[in-house]
Amino acid sequence: MSAGDILLRGRGITRRWGGLVALNGVSLELQRGSVHAVIGTNGAGKSTLINILSGEVAPSEGQVELLGQDVTRWTQPRRARAGLGRSYQRNTIFPSFTVLENCRVAAQARTPRPWRWWQDAARCEVSVPAARAAAARAGLEDFMAQPAGLLSHGQKRQLELAMCLATEPEVLLLDEPLAGMGAEETERMLELLHELKPRHAILLVEHDMDAVFRVADCITVMVNGAVIASGTPAFVRSSAEVRTAYLGEH
Amino acid sequence: MNPAISSKAIFVIAVFGLLAAYPLVAGNFGIDLVNKIMIFAVFALSLELLVGGAGLVCFGHAAFFGIGAYVAVLLSPPDGPASLLLLLPAAMLAAAAYAMAVGALSLRTKGVYFIMVTLAFAQMAYYVVHDTPLGGGTDGIYLTMKPVLGELLDLDRPITLYLFTLATLVLVFGFLAMLSRSRFGRALAGIRINEQRMRATGFATYPYKLAAFTISGAIAGLAGFLFAVKDGFVNPELMSWHFSGAVLIMIILGGIGHLRGALIGAFAFALLQEFFKSEAIFGAFSKHWNLGLGITIIASVALLPRGLVGVPGQWKDRLVGRASRRAETAEVQR
Repeated sequence: MSAGDILLRGRGITRRWGGLVALNGVSLELQRGSVHAVIGTNGAGKSTLINILSGEVAPSEGQVELLGQDVTRWTQPRRARAGLGRSYQRNTIFPSFTVLENCRVAAQARTPRPWRWWQDAARCEVSVPAARAAAARAGLEDFMAQPAGLLSHGQKRQLELAMCLATEPEVLLLDEPLAGMGAEETERMLELLHELKPRHAILLVEHDMDAVFRVADCITVMVNGAVIASGTPAFVRSSAEVRTAYLGEH
Repeated sequence: MNPAISSKAIFVIAVFGLLAAYPLVAGNFGIDLVNKIMIFAVFALSLELLVGGAGLVCFGHAAFFGIGAYVAVLLSPPDGPASLLLLLPAAMLAAAAYAMAVGALSLRTKGVYFIMVTLAFAQMAYYVVHDTPLGGGTDGIYLTMKPVLGELLDLDRPITLYLFTLATLVLVFGFLAMLSRSRFGRALAGIRINEQRMRATGFATYPYKLAAFTISGAIAGLAGFLFAVKDGFVNPELMSWHFSGAVLIMIILGGIGHLRGALIGAFAFALLQEFFKSEAIFGAFSKHWNLGLGITIIASVALLPRGLVGVPGQWKDRLVGRASRRAETAEVQR
């Protein structure tokens, strides 16, 4: 597969909670080799969209296609094993595990072998190297043995992404990876996204507009559960509708 | 090797060594009591796998213990001893089968609902033996002949039975220690901390939880089997919710999240019970032993949030806290 292939596609995704329409007919495509940012105000439906694409929440209507297959009815673990990785807005690391063990458990999802009870997981010849590589990639090579709960906020965000990378996904759905990060940490994370881009299709939900316009190849703007504009950063920046609805200019 | 790990290992090996040496100095009463406590420890370890390992609080664990015990009695032929090699696996399989059925349904719920559903299934099993003639009803039934293993093991001799229980305890402890380090055990730990994250990572968590529940039921059945063989008698009380509660208290008292906790908790609980039941110490008040035991448990849970296993750590924290406070005061005064 080469750059430009569509790895994940959502078609007409609608989600209703009782009378409330959280998402209204949202369609989008994620290509390998590009970062697709989704921006919008709080409550615009960005997190619901990630939850539906990753299989955590079922859509009321619409389809999700992963690597050319209709996965709408697949469970979340099955989608994850097929190459769909996600990170959470809130830290969901395992605080009592070391950094390495956090990544190792995640890597283990690829080769679970749960019945080999006699094998020490810490010596697993598959998951340990994968975990080391993922942690190093996210810039945590000096903290492998540290309990994850003792990391700084920014490092926890890096670990969140490292755990996602440890499963070797093709598609990354990142829910506000930059939230609460300092300038230097943001810089490093953007660099990492840039490195990951050629081999992955990345969906980025983010509030930091400077970062979004720097890193994104394509931006989708959502308001009240619907897409009001989608296109290149230059197009979105110049769209009158987006300016009034979201960027706060008149 | 990590010094913290090796000190834990030394503690466990020392406990097992003392238990092995104990019959040399003890009389029949002592051997029978410690034998009973070791059976409780096996039972507590089975629950620790669920509560400490997977974060699943089962409040119906006595059902699996009771099924193991009843199967041991009901499958023994009336006219001669059963073979240990058939009876023991049968008891474990029966308990595991019920655990798998209960787990398959109850694991679809979470939290308080899970606790209540496991309790309900245990009560069902309780009323089956309590209200039907199947297992002798409320009177219970006797095991006339203890199972044998050819000429090798004579479980009628208290000392042989004691050593058999000890060997079982060591094996169960070793098995669970191995399990908790394996990929299966690590995945269970992940599920305990954040099941949603594990699903997002690619783990189908339900089969993991069901496997843990079934293994736990099988080990509880093993403990029940030992209990029936030791006492030669079973009655419905073995499946009552009081007993499910007691084993939960054992692991809470000992410290959840540590296999040692289950071991220590079983001993602490049973010895406290003996202490408050002792007429020599409490005289007529010993009839109300439940009161003394209850107050002690409440006090220890309030004062030792990490259980007996956590006591050294708690002291260390307190000393460090005091030292750092003193340093702060010194700083301020300067």
